[in-house]
Amino acid sequence: MAKLRGTGMAAVNYPTGMHLGGDPTMALVHATSSGSFVVTLSSVELGQGLKTVLAQIAAETLGVPLEAVVVDTGDTDTGPHCSGTGASRTTHRAGNAVIAAAKEARQEMLDVAAEMLEVSADDLVTDGKGNIHVKGVVEKSLPAAEVAAAGQFVYGKSISGRGIFLPPASKQDPETGESAPYSTQAHACTVVEVEVDTETGAVRVLSLKSVYEIGRQVNPELVKGQIVGGAWMGIGHALYETTAPYYPAIDHAPYDFLNYVIPGAAEMPEVQCEILEYPSETGPYGAKGVGEMVANAPIPAIVNAINNALDVCIGEIPVTPEVVLRALEEKARADGA
Amino acid sequence: MASEAPKAEALNVVGQPVKLRDLKKHVGGQTSYCDDLRFPRMLHLKMHRSVQPHAKLLAVDTAAAARSEGVVRVLTHADLPGGELWSGLATVGGAGDEPVLASDKVRWKGEAIAAVVARTPEQAEAAAAKVKVRYEPLPAVFDVEEALAAGAPNLIAHWPGNHYIFGDDHAAAQIRLGDVEKALAEADRVVENVYQTSPIEQAPLETIGCVAVPDGDGRYTVHTGSQSLSSTLKSVAAYLGLPANRLRFVSGSVGGGFGGKADLAVEVTATLAAIKTGRPVKYRYTREEEMFASSTRAAWRVYIKDGVMNDGRIVARKVTTYHDSGAYLRMSNYGAMKHSTHWPGPYTVANVWVDVYCVFTNRTPSGAMRGFGIMPASFAIEVQMDRVAKAIGMDPWRLRLLNAYRNGDMRGHHRAVKDAAMIETIQATAKLSEQNLTGDLQSLSSWRQKAG
Amino acid sequence: MTAKILSLNVNGRDETILCDGLTTLQEVLRDQLGLLTSVKDGCTQGGCGSCSVLVDGELWLSCLAPVAALAGRAVMTLEGLKQSAGIAAIQQSFIDNSAAQCGFCTPGMILTVKALLDANPEPSHDEILEALSGNLCRCTGYLPIVEAVKDAAARLSGGADAARASEGREG
Ligand code: FES
Ligand code: FES
Repeated sequence: MAKLRGTGMAAVNYPTGMHLGGDPTMALVHATSSGSFVVTLSSVELGQGLKTVLAQIAAETLGVPLEAVVVDTGDTDTGPHCSGTGASRTTHRAGNAVIAAAKEARQEMLDVAAEMLEVSADDLVTDGKGNIHVKGVVEKSLPAAEVAAAGQFVYGKSISGRGIFLPPASKQDPETGESAPYSTQAHACTVVEVEVDTETGAVRVLSLKSVYEIGRQVNPELVKGQIVGGAWMGIGHALYETTAPYYPAIDHAPYDFLNYVIPGAAEMPEVQCEILEYPSETGPYGAKGVGEMVANAPIPAIVNAINNALDVCIGEIPVTPEVVLRALEEKARADGA
Repeated sequence: MASEAPKAEALNVVGQPVKLRDLKKHVGGQTSYCDDLRFPRMLHLKMHRSVQPHAKLLAVDTAAAARSEGVVRVLTHADLPGGELWSGLATVGGAGDEPVLASDKVRWKGEAIAAVVARTPEQAEAAAAKVKVRYEPLPAVFDVEEALAAGAPNLIAHWPGNHYIFGDDHAAAQIRLGDVEKALAEADRVVENVYQTSPIEQAPLETIGCVAVPDGDGRYTVHTGSQSLSSTLKSVAAYLGLPANRLRFVSGSVGGGFGGKADLAVEVTATLAAIKTGRPVKYRYTREEEMFASSTRAAWRVYIKDGVMNDGRIVARKVTTYHDSGAYLRMSNYGAMKHSTHWPGPYTVANVWVDVYCVFTNRTPSGAMRGFGIMPASFAIEVQMDRVAKAIGMDPWRLRLLNAYRNGDMRGHHRAVKDAAMIETIQATAKLSEQNLTGDLQSLSSWRQKAG
Repeated sequence: MTAKILSLNVNGRDETILCDGLTTLQEVLRDQLGLLTSVKDGCTQGGCGSCSVLVDGELWLSCLAPVAALAGRAVMTLEGLKQSAGIAAIQQSFIDNSAAQCGFCTPGMILTVKALLDANPEPSHDEILEALSGNLCRCTGYLPIVEAVKDAAARLSGGADAARASEGREG
């Protein structure tokens, strides 16, 4: 009996969005008289950072500081339609809708500034710090908040914009499967090292290294958070988690966190990750989205590492100690034969 | 098709490592979730659930529950106007098959039968336990392949073979590209395996829940942890026979979702109870309900038969997948279609044949979870790639890089791939993990068809 | 069930509360005293740690604690600890390390870390893992949380020892 080590890798692609029935998301942007720019929509913040990412996209497009952007979301009375927070679609769909809305609002803002400065709107730029000035002439400058206020009180203009992103519906041909079901593909590749105790069947993940290609990263801090959280969830899926320990039987279903085993801090190995950025034409500033794919490469990589360590052919998850021991027994039988 | 990899131009705010907007509130313990909402005169809803996986309902006696301390109302199937059946994702052709509260039959252990609304959660819980149900047990089926076999007990009359119907008459979601049988016959090797994933609970730390509040003007505001406000709103309206504009759905901070809050779960019954009582009604799953009664990630069984040449080219990939939908459809057809169009994974294979069945079994209905439909495909594909490599005695990195798709290649669903960068991602991973790739593999590119 | 009235010190204030033998501290804190946002309810089964509070400086799962047994004791929630230097350092470390996503586990985590660092100002890596073993987080994968604990320990041991020692029981 021994502790055996093995390495495994897995490479995955991940589609963003699902166009089966059309997949629209809308956003509105408007300037308040207090100097804020409000993005209104009805997508849902689940902790993934939707509000943060959309604020960044709006600030970038409007050319105003991030702090000036307020994201107001999650109310079907005030926010325009969103097809749901899932399918890795939110950064992509809502992001594109926010860009469209922010562009329209920005043009409106520049038009007002142009009247105030008596120049053409085409000659105006934003400095990202909250000012609008004439290209190359920094002195000819106005604070965006002042322009917004003047728009409302002097020029009778609503500095606002509307945006929608609607990938066309694509029905799947029932015979051939022909369809255009997604907007773009993101990629990941993971290498893990495991140690398997052949006496107890317990598996430990020793290290996990990944590279992700997710188009443009809107927010590297949040992307890293998703990748680390997904690596952990991948370990849970690969080694522990099930609501049917004797699948397909329904007996012994867990009803609490004692019986539904998920890994803790002690089960987390060192995680290394690197990001490649190949912007997608379809995505907001080239973003593809990352939230859903993050467990997909770790799971098969772990199983491959176990198979590599033991020279067995496990093809099921979770690889519980019982599964490991069964595979070892089978192998011993086959080797003996 | 561009022959060069696109580059990201520098931007101001996009690309910056900005902190999550709610972090300060989170660490201060000031973030309020659906479960933290309190309204004057708020009532609590608890469910009496089936203890049988498959049975006829002979009688549901709610008299004792209705008399129990603190109880304001008991709801059964008879209280639902029209008895609408839930249709999952109507946009992708879902058919109504699931009652909000069971009427004549239960099809899984945990199915909702009677809702009890009381002043406190404890009173509702105690009263729900007093609902008496007489069952006539029916033979149950738990395994996907057994459910499809001739003579298996039928769950839903609408689905005679215990599977969903795609298009008008297809038992499976199909992909047909090239001639897979011919390619298998001509391949140097055929590598065949089966893969199985398990049902998994999304387990967000905040359980599923909502509070339905009568606004007093004929409208109802539903505060919910749902991931899909608009579609849930429309489903609730359809079930309750209300014009959709009488509903308003509001979401605040949500304590994690991972797909587990994409399904309709609590909103219909809570809103119905709010209508019937005229008071705010909270319906929140206990952790136990979250574990056994909420939609899980489905279990998938995937059979793969690959035709491989000795030089490492995969020339055929034939796949049959059984998606364990559990007792009702919910979003399973969507997951199955998504799964089907993912084949053959990030590789270019000229001959692809896929059948994906959504199979009904007497299990907790499954739903969405992070990587819906794709996770099981990626799992099966990537474990299979290692087996193919072993079968032909090739290094697994080489096998993947040789077969990796490139921009312009045809995918299983008859569209050329765009935005491919699998090769570069594998190459970078090799570098990160100090894996030496030979020169020919290092010079591969997703933007060029030939090495060099 | 007979109702009892008892007095409990919560966040430095004496509170009179109504309970029976089964009433948990979690119910009292959330529903009677309205400390709704820092004492969470992730399971009511003792399995997640989201309901953690300090009772006389010691970490307790409030969902398992019958309040009738706590008469006269001092309970601290995150609200009550807010002004103390120790808690601010832990909170800042959580922010700097992005140790929260959905935030549902966060108040419980922070109290757990507070109890750990009060008892053991320089915990080893394994001691940190041990201390966090009762707190579930479904979002972050724990690594940022472990980093935040190390970071907080380092901040606090840099001359803040005295402040920490005195602040444990304040309101
Ligand atoms: S709510 Fe107390 S441990 Fe989960
Ligand atoms: S941040 Fe969501 S559970 Fe920890």
